[in-house]
Amino acid sequence: MTIHHAEKGDRTELTPEELSHKRAEALAGGSRKYHERLAESQKMSVRQRLDLLLDPGYVEDGLFANAMAEDLAADGVATVTGTVNGRTVVVMANDPTIKAGSWGARTVEKILRIQEKALELNCPIFYLVDSAGARITDQVDMFPGRRGAGRIFYNQIKLSGRVPQICLLFGPSAAGGAYIPAFTDVVIMVEGNASMYLGSPRMAEMVIGEKVSLEEMGGARMHCAVSGNGDLLASDEDQAIQWGKRYFSYFPSHYTESPPAVTPRPAGAADWDRMIPANQNVPFDMHQVIFGLVDEDSWFPIKPLFAPEILVGFARLNGEAIAIVANQSKVKGGVLFVDSADKAARFISLADAFNIPLLFLADVPGFMIGTKVERQGIIRHGAKMIAAVSEATVPKISVIVRKAYGAGLYAMAGPAFGADATLALPSAQIAVMGPEAAVNAVYFNKIHELEGAARQQFIQAKQEEYRQDIDIMRLASELIVDEMVQPQHLRHELIQRFHLYRNKTRDFSARRHPVTPV
Amino acid sequence: MSSVVASLAGTVFKVLVGPGDMVSVGQEVVRLESMKMEIPIESETSGRVIEVLVHEGDFVNESDPLLIVE
Repeated sequence: MTIHHAEKGDRTELTPEELSHKRAEALAGGSRKYHERLAESQKMSVRQRLDLLLDPGYVEDGLFANAMAEDLAADGVATVTGTVNGRTVVVMANDPTIKAGSWGARTVEKILRIQEKALELNCPIFYLVDSAGARITDQVDMFPGRRGAGRIFYNQIKLSGRVPQICLLFGPSAAGGAYIPAFTDVVIMVEGNASMYLGSPRMAEMVIGEKVSLEEMGGARMHCAVSGNGDLLASDEDQAIQWGKRYFSYFPSHYTESPPAVTPRPAGAADWDRMIPANQNVPFDMHQVIFGLVDEDSWFPIKPLFAPEILVGFARLNGEAIAIVANQSKVKGGVLFVDSADKAARFISLADAFNIPLLFLADVPGFMIGTKVERQGIIRHGAKMIAAVSEATVPKISVIVRKAYGAGLYAMAGPAFGADATLALPSAQIAVMGPEAAVNAVYFNKIHELEGAARQQFIQAKQEEYRQDIDIMRLASELIVDEMVQPQHLRHELIQRFHLYRNKTRDFSARRHPVTPV
Repeated sequence: MSSVVASLAGTVFKVLVGPGDMVSVGQEVVRLESMKMEIPIESETSGRVIEVLVHEGDFVNESDPLLIVE
């Protein structure tokens, strides 16, 4: 539309009607055609997304960005400051109806400014991502410079660990844009619509000759189950937004605060007498232990589809937020692999950054061995997890549920790794390795000299000797475990201990930063 | 047709189904032994077992097919 300026002496002024028309235009986003396309793919508009995420009444900056151009409402991104359940947050939300949510110069400047707002307000930032990436036609203005797109990632890294950074991925996050999710703390992806990739399938075919679908290349399920770039796979946008809010409920607004508590609830029902198989080799579902310990309905798993041999997630213990790392013997025996070590390392560092106490539930046969994992670098990946455990200075308690063998004990915050307490259930067994493997290793030659019944007898006798050597009561008498707890009393014991440890000193080591194994 | 594969390297401890058996999603079909743990291997599809490719005591690597389901 043409703006008619009202003459007022020597200056011109928009009429209220003109301003509200311009505002309505900017709020409407792209043309009807693009809004229809959104609806066809079960997507919401950027305004609907903001309304669902935020409490009513937020303020917005840069709504009139690129207002002089045609069809570039807000330059394709909303940047707002508001509250989620009464707590201040800032939000960057791409508008997929404006040039597919792509970034021009003002888009980038708006994103940079809202990140700087997060730094100044010391408040969390939500990234609602649905973007095709850079506008190649505008590249000189938005790509290479000091305040070009690269600065978005630089700012994210600066914000990392200061304030929570939460990514809700509703659509594509392509090429350079794919790094926005990568630098946030958590990525919630909508199945069927969300995707992340550096090169599109079209580009992959052109450049490397690979023929592949978008879903295979960078679909939500692939990232949540295989690559580990995604944390949670939501079935629709509403669920993604609700999960984002729920995730945030376990977090403080910044790194110097404690996470907010809620009204305590009792734990779920647990059949402790039958839950944990006495035979260390037989798998069971560790979820039962978690549900028996934490406040009912408070378990919020992170990366449940990725490396499920280790469970990580947030929960509440008597209303207080805790972070749990637990071995899941039901999947791959609970053995630690390259991916499980990465998953745990990252989660431990997240919890420690935001003062969420850590609970380890150990039932681990150790790190996987064999050529396959050695070639994948199991040693350096395992080192990451052990480093993260060591550096975590938040209150941390290790519960030996069943076995804790070899470096598995170390990775699960064993006694040497600064745990505030190592608690053992009566079913606990701590050793370099299990009795079968140990006897075979120590007496390999002797065993092979013997035959038949004599061999069996010898093995059994040595295994029994070994079991006595690592008997959990003996380890308690040697001060290796700090307390023996019946499973029925574990919840109460943990509530008490976490409460008592809440003001612990958090110094670890004086230096610039560690040289982290990667 | 699809194959049920080993989730990690180990020894075949028990084969729980034979050719002709019907299996359903999530049903344990083979039990491996690895890292001194028994590892249940579940079928990811429903259908009839056409062929069992391993015997008890065999060593299998991660991703090796254990049986074929139609």
